[in-house]
Amino acid sequence: MPVNEEFQPTIVAFCCNWCSYAGADLSGTNRMQYPANVKIIRIPCSCRLNPTFILRAFQRGADGVILCGCHPGDCHYTSGNYFARRRMTLLFSMLDYLGIERERTRVEWVSAAEGAKFAATMNDFVATVTKLGKNKRLEDLRCSKA
Amino acid sequence: MQRIGVFVCWCGSNIAATVDVEQVSRALGKEPGVVFSTNYQYMCSQAGQDLIANTIRDYALTGVVICSCSPRMHEATFRKTCSRAGLNPYMVEIANIREQCSWIHKEKATATEKAIILGRAAIAKVQLNAPLVAGTSPVKKRALVIGGGIAGIQTALDIAEAGFDVDIVEKKPTIGGKMTQIDKTFPTLDCAACILTPKMVDAAQNEKIHIYAYSEIEKISGFVGNFRVTIRKKARYVDEAKCTGCGLCTEKCPQKKVPNEFNLGLDTRRAIYIPFAQAVPKLATIDANYCTMLKTGKCGVCSKVCTAGAIDYKQKDTFVEEEYGAIVAATGFEPIKLDKYDEFAYSQSPDVVTSLEFERLMNAAGPTGGVLLRPSDKTHPKTIVFVQCVGSRCADGRGKSYCSKICCMYTAKHAMLCREKYPDTDVYVFYIDVRTPGKNFDEFYRRAVEEYGVHYVKGMVGKVVPQDGKLKVQASDLLGGRQLHIDADMVVLAAAIEPDKSARPLATMLTASMDTNDFFTEAHPKLRPVESPTAGIFLSGTCQGPKDIPETVAQASAAAAKVIGLLAKDSLTCNPCTAQPDEQMCNGCSSCEKVCPYGAITYADKEFRGPNRTTLVRRVAQVNPAVCQGCGACTVACPSGAMDLKGFSNAQILAEVDAICR
Amino acid sequence: MQQSVKEKARALLENGTVSRVLGWKKGEFCYDLTPSVFTRVEEVDRDFVYSDFSGANLSKYLISESKKNGKVAAFLKPCDSYSFVQLLKEHRICRENVYVVGVACDGMCDPRMLEEKGGVLRVEARGDTLRVESLYGMEDVARKNLLLERCRVCKSKKIVLFDELLGEQGKEAPAGDRFAEVSKLEAETPEERFAFWQKELSRCIRCNACRNVCPACSCEKCVFDNPKSGVANKAAADPFEENLFHIIRAFHVAGRCTDCGECSRVCPQHIPLHLLNRKFIKDINELYGPYMAGSDLESKPALLTYDTGDCEPSVVLTRGGEQA
Repeated sequence: MPVNEEFQPTIVAFCCNWCSYAGADLSGTNRMQYPANVKIIRIPCSCRLNPTFILRAFQRGADGVILCGCHPGDCHYTSGNYFARRRMTLLFSMLDYLGIERERTRVEWVSAAEGAKFAATMNDFVATVTKLGKNKRLEDLRCSKA
Repeated sequence: MQRIGVFVCWCGSNIAATVDVEQVSRALGKEPGVVFSTNYQYMCSQAGQDLIANTIRDYALTGVVICSCSPRMHEATFRKTCSRAGLNPYMVEIANIREQCSWIHKEKATATEKAIILGRAAIAKVQLNAPLVAGTSPVKKRALVIGGGIAGIQTALDIAEAGFDVDIVEKKPTIGGKMTQIDKTFPTLDCAACILTPKMVDAAQNEKIHIYAYSEIEKISGFVGNFRVTIRKKARYVDEAKCTGCGLCTEKCPQKKVPNEFNLGLDTRRAIYIPFAQAVPKLATIDANYCTMLKTGKCGVCSKVCTAGAIDYKQKDTFVEEEYGAIVAATGFEPIKLDKYDEFAYSQSPDVVTSLEFERLMNAAGPTGGVLLRPSDKTHPKTIVFVQCVGSRCADGRGKSYCSKICCMYTAKHAMLCREKYPDTDVYVFYIDVRTPGKNFDEFYRRAVEEYGVHYVKGMVGKVVPQDGKLKVQASDLLGGRQLHIDADMVVLAAAIEPDKSARPLATMLTASMDTNDFFTEAHPKLRPVESPTAGIFLSGTCQGPKDIPETVAQASAAAAKVIGLLAKDSLTCNPCTAQPDEQMCNGCSSCEKVCPYGAITYADKEFRGPNRTTLVRRVAQVNPAVCQGCGACTVACPSGAMDLKGFSNAQILAEVDAICR
Repeated sequence: MQQSVKEKARALLENGTVSRVLGWKKGEFCYDLTPSVFTRVEEVDRDFVYSDFSGANLSKYLISESKKNGKVAAFLKPCDSYSFVQLLKEHRICRENVYVVGVACDGMCDPRMLEEKGGVLRVEARGDTLRVESLYGMEDVARKNLLLERCRVCKSKKIVLFDELLGEQGKEAPAGDRFAEVSKLEAETPEERFAFWQKELSRCIRCNACRNVCPACSCEKCVFDNPKSGVANKAAADPFEENLFHIIRAFHVAGRCTDCGECSRVCPQHIPLHLLNRKFIKDINELYGPYMAGSDLESKPALLTYDTGDCEPSVVLTRGGEQA
């Protein structure tokens, strides 16, 4: 449950179709609870995630964005998550460099069998982002509040 | 603007109990483009599907959003429904309000609000959907079976029976697998070799089956219907065409101290060997790790005695490339290593053996010629203790959390055979539970207890200490509520089984998923148990989970049936959600080609209109839709955004993002 | 050198080796040279200038010039040659239509420094000093104090590829100094970094000069002009827009950026854009091994390849500056 009852963060979770989306389904099948703040968008593979999508989510008011894909080595398309891993590493590092809270972005590898991990990951991520509060920095980066 | 119909499913009470379906359908009915919105008890039922189909016709819908269970469950169903009603099946989007909403939230208001947002995202996406038409790709009518144990053999025989060519790749010098090492089979106690070897011969003689023994998979590319596989034929240092399998070399080889893996190291073999008398193919193989000639260049005895001139010390690994329409994984199992179970003194006393070693000690073709003798002093054991669940159902992390399934039955078999052959032996079996589901299994176990007088004791063995030629077994008898001290002559450990080590790298090559125990995952645990989620990959035998022989054979035949179903088709419908470049925007920079795992992208020089009525030739990317699998790696690699993915386009995903974040 | 470059341009046109020469044309002031194509010897005589202010990277112009009929000669300084090779690698330039004259370089001066002085009439190179003559008098300035930022931390004096070389071939410089500014920022707290970038990026007027000059931003059509990309936007629609633009732009050229520094050179708002690109270069070097875009024709950029043992994105949580 969110720590701060008043602030309800918007969380966008991109899940690859083959592992993580199925993992999310499994946590549902097993009735494992995680906050409704998390909204899942299905993509074919973690390598489909364009950094633009993450930035756009933040631009439109998301407070946290998480990418879930198959474990490295298990990608349905062999190599997709390896590319995703590099892209996200560099993007997250850049966001950190710009002073954006580094806990707002995350990548987690969740297999189709890891329903429990999916729920636990989402619980933890929502708690982390809730603690950070509303994402203002990305929106505010332009306007100096002098 | 699309004309969209929204259909909210109750899924009985699965959704309706936590999501106010009426409120959802009302709210979504107000979204732009939505011309019809309703809810219904079971959308996937015939009546539900008719409702959708009729509405598509009555309202001239151009897009459909179904708020229901996971698209992994019924996307295909609803696509067919739309197709029947004359709507392109790719104009359907599913909002997953069951697995990802009603089942994970308890509070109705929260769940309803989320369901509305998920529905909005689906509506936003479908606004941008475009009709897609699936292409087709041909099917190569040949199957590959990886692993030549009973599972692989049965699958291959069944596929061949249907008239398709099938290749078996086996890493060992002979096919047959673990079953060749087993003495007798439960619950009928017929001899394993007697029922297995005829099948091995059938496979070898079947002209539709080609056996690549002593071979491994090197590389796999391609996709369902069109796999391209490179097989490494390991050097046997024996010319397969010349060797007659007479075995003279295996008698004359001076290197006699090689542990014999067929008998699990209980005796030795020569450096050149035929694993066992009924090996298929019956060919000699030189073990390069022990052969004096290969190691030092001095010896050559086998070459001198071979009248066929088959020995070739210079032989190298060779590679065969072959195309297949389907691949079956039948990589089998291994008993686990027992080095973490020191309390059973496995590494301290040769008289503590695993069950598979015990099979060899009982087998007429084994190291003792079928006479049960203690490995240490070759005397008849008078007291034998069987320990079950060694590494199975293990909670402390040393072993496996799962039940290995076969141990209860083979232990009953071992106990029974001991008592039958040697009525003067005392036999104890320590168990957590005795699990005997299966035809005639419980009867078999009861016979062991009631007719053969095997002492079954509920409880675990705590410690085995070798002392004065005996094995001091300390155990608890849970039902009797006491500690037992038994002076045993032999202890037999029912070691857990785990997937063969070759399975993990194979799964990576196949892009087939595995569970945390390295068993292959099936496409659906109940409804598609012999298929991998990766199209064209099928599962046979214990590589999917622990199984006994009858189950393995049943699954092997089931996998064969699935393969035959695939190979019987002349062509397959491709996934239409493939990448597509916008040639006007493509730079021809080759970024996309570098990240494509399928080699689906090529480049062509094309003429474009330039300024002032000139033409410009530009290099542009082209995607082969039959090869593209739609992962989308290229879409992100493309710097200009010229590459997009049909069905998951940039605009569609961004529309979903916007709908969720608004 | 200045004279020999001009003579070479003249000779190549005269002897018919090429039909066009890509070089620098004199501008209104002695320091504002513009890239230009010369087709006649007289034009070269009249307008061609190679001086301490020929900083502009000519590689990008070869994308269109090399597709025209006839051969074009291009004068490439060491850092231009990296961009040239990177473009070749991306199949953007027809190599057979380009005659590359490598020009050894000791660094180029920043016209902005003279602009700021105001009223500059003439600049004369005298060894290590420049004599600047202005409305306000005469001044001798050390050349090293006038260098462009990128030249002060020059990455390489090696000309990767050429048909003909003017001057001496140089060597790659040790990477050290180039990343000092990035390291300094990384060491700051997220709040300080945020404040720094807020101050810098809020000046962006979205003029697209950085994009238009960048040799890596050479797309037929930019994503920001592509309605289908979902990020198309000519002007700033909301406060976030510039950030989105600069982050995406930096990401798009990550692994392909040769650190030629043109983006910062042309930015009318003096935003240190090279610090974004250099951050990616530094990360790539540190996380995936040393890589220099444009240093060869074979190697794959970091984002177009992978290693199964790559670090996880969570490395960002423990790397670099302080925790938020």
